[in-house]
Amino acid sequence: MSWLNTLFIVAATFLAVFWEAAFQGVRNLLGAQIDLLPPIIVYAALCSNLLTVCLVAFFGGLCFDSLSANPLGISVLPLFAVGFVIHLWRDLILRDQSFAQAVLGLAAGIACPVLSLLLLLTTGRPPRLGWGTLWQLIVMSLGSGLVTPVFFLLFEWVHRTLVHAPAFESSFRPDREIRRGR
Amino acid sequence: MLKRPHYIALGLIVFLTLVILNLPGKTTARLKLGLGSLFVPLFGLANSVQQLGGKTGDAVMPRSELVRQKDALDRENRELKLQLMQADGKARENDRLRQLLGWQAHKAWKLKPANVVLREPSNWWRTVQIDLGSRDGVKLNMPVLTTDGLVGRVSAVSLTRSQVVLLGDPNCKVAARVENQNRDTGVIGGSGPLDTGILDMGYLSRTADLKPGQNVWTSGLGGIFPKDILIGKVLDSHSEDSGMSTTARVKLAANLSALEEVWVMMEP
Repeated sequence: MSWLNTLFIVAATFLAVFWEAAFQGVRNLLGAQIDLLPPIIVYAALCSNLLTVCLVAFFGGLCFDSLSANPLGISVLPLFAVGFVIHLWRDLILRDQSFAQAVLGLAAGIACPVLSLLLLLTTGRPPRLGWGTLWQLIVMSLGSGLVTPVFFLLFEWVHRTLVHAPAFESSFRPDREIRRGR
Repeated sequence: MLKRPHYIALGLIVFLTLVILNLPGKTTARLKLGLGSLFVPLFGLANSVQQLGGKTGDAVMPRSELVRQKDALDRENRELKLQLMQADGKARENDRLRQLLGWQAHKAWKLKPANVVLREPSNWWRTVQIDLGSRDGVKLNMPVLTTDGLVGRVSAVSLTRSQVVLLGDPNCKVAARVENQNRDTGVIGGSGPLDTGILDMGYLSRTADLKPGQNVWTSGLGGIFPKDILIGKVLDSHSEDSGMSTTARVKLAANLSALEEVWVMMEP
């Protein structure tokens, strides 16, 4: 049933992009919008397969750019780079620990926008940059770090709800039962 | 460490991204519009929820408050009617004088209201999307304003939606004039990432007579924005390091953080 999990993660990616464009409470309050795609790519990289990482990076990046003034496709590579690196090292990461999830979310939350900005500068489309950008990166990073464990809880709850739990084999065997007494 | 599937995934994503980034402008615009249209049902849902919230608010508002608001609006309406009468007289006089001098008469602005449906999801651009598109007659570079002042210009158009690049974005520069004796002109450019309401007006003469509180209007130079749309007020000014020009900080008249309804200028 991994395809169902993949489908759910991609749907969440779509909704996350819509949320970022439609709801501005955080931006009005703190001066920067939180990017929800890095937490999703962290979850996909740790708890799903490489195909899901590719789908989230590609579909999420394209959706994000379609609602933004970014050149189409510029957000795909940073998301994929972050997801790919985490996926490679996933066996060494304590993915069940909230602290590890938060730290990875924090790192992804700063790596994705920085890589996007570098790509934008490379393509010759300089965006609005200044000292305020540092504050925006801090807000994005902290926001991503806070949201990542919440996403893990949410996705795992949905996973438990939608996907059958695997049946564990019991060590009990009736033919090996020791009958006591006469 | 890398296995075959890793190489395939890496190669595929990099290849696809490079292809998309190098597509011709028109194809990219169509792709953007196509992908953006996937969000249309969600725009509708969000609008419905907002309207429902508004209706609920109306239903629970006490009658005394409604009567108070109606009285205030009636009073404002009467004042505006008087101002309109005066302005009509002045406009007629202006047209007559222009006719006598053989100048071209001023055309009335043709405006179309639009709702802001989405905002820029990234933090380094400043754009919004409105619910008017090419089927409503919207074209590229049409000025967008509110009743308070200039907001920006249309930067991309689809059938049902348009993208508006706001003042302060690196892609929206406006030729502007300060309301003073010298009628100093300059260019409203970008702003810092966190300054939503304050912009820099550069390329002003080093002898510019700038004082806080002076109004800044569009100058009509540049060909995109027509003359005499209010942009904001001068906050302060400083001479550039080279000493060749002055830069002023301008407080925008329109609140770009709280845009809900805007007007697209169909014909200046």
